[in-house]
Amino acid sequence: MKVIINGEEKTFEAPLNLYGILEQQGYVEMLIAVARNGSFVPKEQYQSINLESGDTLEILAPMQGG
Amino acid sequence: MNAPLTINGHTLQSRLFLGTAGYPSPDTLARAIETSKPGLITVSLRRENAAGKGQKFWDILKNFDVPVLPNTAGCYSAREAITTAEMAREVFQTNWIKLEVIGDDYTLQPDPYGLLEAAQALIEKGFEVFPYMTDDIVLAEKLVQTGCSILMPWGAPIGSGRGLNNPYALKTLRTRYPGQTLVVDAGIGAPSHAAAAMEMGYDAVLLNTAVAKAAEPVEMARAFAQAIEAGRSAYLSGIIAPQENASASTPLVDKPLWHQSA
Repeated sequence: MKVIINGEEKTFEAPLNLYGILEQQGYVEMLIAVARNGSFVPKEQYQSINLESGDTLEILAPMQGG
Repeated sequence: MNAPLTINGHTLQSRLFLGTAGYPSPDTLARAIETSKPGLITVSLRRENAAGKGQKFWDILKNFDVPVLPNTAGCYSAREAITTAEMAREVFQTNWIKLEVIGDDYTLQPDPYGLLEAAQALIEKGFEVFPYMTDDIVLAEKLVQTGCSILMPWGAPIGSGRGLNNPYALKTLRTRYPGQTLVVDAGIGAPSHAAAAMEMGYDAVLLNTAVAKAAEPVEMARAFAQAIEAGRSAYLSGIIAPQENASASTPLVDKPLWHQSA
């Protein structure tokens, strides 16, 4: 299945939950927050959300701001 | 007399709110914070990469004992801003959010309709909303009715350094909302601009570019801290009203003979 992560399309073998993708991409130990298809996903739901092909993920971290 | 500013039970060490973007180096940012001792620092969220660039930035900031105020910069709709705010709450472990919903690319003027919609939704979700807004009195009233206890009208467009474009509107907001926490946010260029806002009775000033892009950001951060403190003291001390005519400040009693005209 294809998932767009931070604007970049990537291919994964289904089924895969959100935690699995974050683990594969090296995000698990990072201070991040995730939105799936434009909606915020709380950390405690990472394991229970199974991704579908075409899903869009935004993975955000602290950055400079004014 | 000059009591510290308190927000949600947090006593802030200064009325300078300092942005963290655009400094020549992380070390310069850190020294600007150390030197100016801001009451809070603003931060943002951006896409993280595999190298963890955001983690490195946070490693610098987390060592300061200064509250962070995450923003929703770059959001052009209420929905985007709400999602960003929820993500920021989880990352920064704070319910404070500087709510930005931009309505115009050229001036980065806030969209009042999207701002109001997002503010309402976020207050219902338990956020303390710091709305970045124009100086419109009607918008202020709607935000207050929605439950905002803090209002952050712009001085001028973000990064413009123009100072206080509309002092009349800013004074009107202060007069009409004596009980709200009012912060001038954006457009500040010189410490005198910040002092002028404080002399009007504003509770704090939020700025970024004026420090980050100064030739000497660390010294400029110090200058802003001093200006904001001076402006606050002046406001509390009662600034005299301007008059049309001169009035001798040196006493006229007992002046010597040669000052008497023939």
